[in-house]
Amino acid sequence: MSILVNKNTRVVVQGITGKEGSFHATQCKAYGTKVVAGVTPGKAGQEVEGIPVFNTVADAVKKTECDTSLIFVPPPFCADAILEAADAGVKLIICITEGIPVNDMVKVKRALRGRDVRLVGPNCPGVITVDEAKIGIMPGFIHKKGVVGVVSRSGTLTYEAVHQLSTLGLGETTCVGIGGDPVNGTGFVDVLPLFEKDPETQAIVMIGEIGGDAEEKAAEFIKKNVKKPVISFIAGITAPPGRRMGHAGAIISGGKGTAAEKMKTLEAAGVKVVKNPAEIGAAVKQALGR
Amino acid sequence: MNVHEFQAKSLFAQFGVPVPRGKEITSPEDATAWANELNTPVFVVKAQIHAGGRGKAGGVKITKDKGAVAGFAKELIGKTLVTHQTGPKGRQVHRLLMEEGANIAKELYLSILVDRDTGWPTFIASTEGGMEIEEVAAHTPEKIIKEAIDPAVGFQGHNGRNVAFALGLQNIEPAAINPFVKMLGNLYRLFMEKDAALVEINPLIITKEKGLIALDGKVSFDDNGLFKHEDVQKMRDLNEEDPLEIEATANNLNYVKLDGNIGCMVNGAGLAMATMDVIKLAGSEPANFLDVGGGATKETVAAGFRILLKDPNVKGIFINIFGGIVRCERIAHGVIEAAKEVKITVPLVVRLQGTNAEEGRKLLAESGLKLDVADDLWEAAQKIVKLTGKAA
Repeated sequence: MSILVNKNTRVVVQGITGKEGSFHATQCKAYGTKVVAGVTPGKAGQEVEGIPVFNTVADAVKKTECDTSLIFVPPPFCADAILEAADAGVKLIICITEGIPVNDMVKVKRALRGRDVRLVGPNCPGVITVDEAKIGIMPGFIHKKGVVGVVSRSGTLTYEAVHQLSTLGLGETTCVGIGGDPVNGTGFVDVLPLFEKDPETQAIVMIGEIGGDAEEKAAEFIKKNVKKPVISFIAGITAPPGRRMGHAGAIISGGKGTAAEKMKTLEAAGVKVVKNPAEIGAAVKQALGR
Repeated sequence: MNVHEFQAKSLFAQFGVPVPRGKEITSPEDATAWANELNTPVFVVKAQIHAGGRGKAGGVKITKDKGAVAGFAKELIGKTLVTHQTGPKGRQVHRLLMEEGANIAKELYLSILVDRDTGWPTFIASTEGGMEIEEVAAHTPEKIIKEAIDPAVGFQGHNGRNVAFALGLQNIEPAAINPFVKMLGNLYRLFMEKDAALVEINPLIITKEKGLIALDGKVSFDDNGLFKHEDVQKMRDLNEEDPLEIEATANNLNYVKLDGNIGCMVNGAGLAMATMDVIKLAGSEPANFLDVGGGATKETVAAGFRILLKDPNVKGIFINIFGGIVRCERIAHGVIEAAKEVKITVPLVVRLQGTNAEEGRKLLAESGLKLDVADDLWEAAQKIVKLTGKAA
């Protein structure tokens, strides 16, 4: 078992003929992911590493029964690409693209509301279920099959945590990057119940950062609904207010969204909060009594 | 990206939101000329910097004497204003806004931004105009009115009426209700069409003549949306930005200057923040946030070094790279090449992990460069702090 994606997931890569798209489609396929189609308007009939390219997502769905989309389309066209995937009947949309205007995402999020589709991202590393499917840009080799579910707003910081979990022999089930944008598709509160239900996942690592109140809402959810141990790190305790720390969503505004406040709220909900990101793995090990 | 008040007001005017008659002024001569044209009983001269609290810092002058405006302009242009938002160094004033005064009967607060919780554009309004809205929210949260706008259909009249009646405009000034509702619709259009991140009017006033006027205005834009708006891009004022941050942006680096003395260079925003945090845990303070991004090359690393070393506070540099798609041996080559071009005068600790980390570390160790190599994050942070001494 795992969450969101597995060895049967059939992936279409939107923007597959671009530099990023072709490179990562190839990497995902090499990991063992079923990458069955690509889409670039006007390039139907071409192939990328043996993956057939279609003009539209609708065509790709019809011909290959793909159920999950991985998006590398540049920011100006990305809202359109997400909505195209949803309209074509894709059930899971994973959007890697960084730099989509917030107000574009406002409209996309509203358009997806109430529909049978899940968006992960944008501005995220993607989703990987270890040894089954890598749908994103994370380095596959740092992952080891194991018992920890990871959900994170960050990319390389997630790799850091995964590396620790793998090195300590704990391993991961599924790792979900929800992305660093202020308006995104899937939040902590959407992923936590999936990990709680997943029989293979024994502990959950949640990596947050300054800005917004996703961690506070997660704390509320965990307090009521999560029995498994949750270990958390919140990046940005040293970040100054009012400055955007790289990620569009990582900003303390109006005195809200500080790391200290988030840590306090999570601790009050029974989450083990580590202050040193180098100790995430060790804290999980301890929580699992290993 | 932030813009000046006079730029915000020109956008307001463009979208049908009433503002005082006013103009950007950059010299005392300008001031006199515009005062003659403006021909109003009360003149207001306001310093234009990207920070609030200008009034208390002496950056706003009000006079009935047309002849006095040139003197105010002379006094303010070139002056450094220190407000609670500028930091102790303050900001130098390069331009002014001079406009007509208004007869204030009532001050309100109004803003629109995306509520991250719902993902919907949301108006925030209060009868406590002229105050810091954070203060109002903290002490009298019942005085904060929120109205979310469904982005599928956009602003509707009832959204405006909900806010107007919640503010009690029917008691304050019934004649203002309809113009107020119309103003909210116009602000919503401005917010969405220009990809704004925040539009704020504080205070929004009702005049003794029963009119509505945006007496102050603040607009900031979503950097990700700037590509759509050439007119907005032209409003950027480099005087308001840190020179090192401008250089970083030109090199596609994400850099924020801080006050500590350990410079750091990291790939990825989350890891960059975590690296700053680890430096603090190890007993020192970070000099900056610097994300070199996913495609770090020799050129970006060299640019990163140049920027870090231009900050006189930097007493040591910590490079923390978790190689994913970026391969560590390429980063190592980048560091070695960059170190040849840029003379590195402070201790350097390089921590490489992930893809081809071992080769990268080996390359660095054999390069003959004066640096420390580490593979663990905590070990690396302790090393650089030890080499530079703990923060005072």
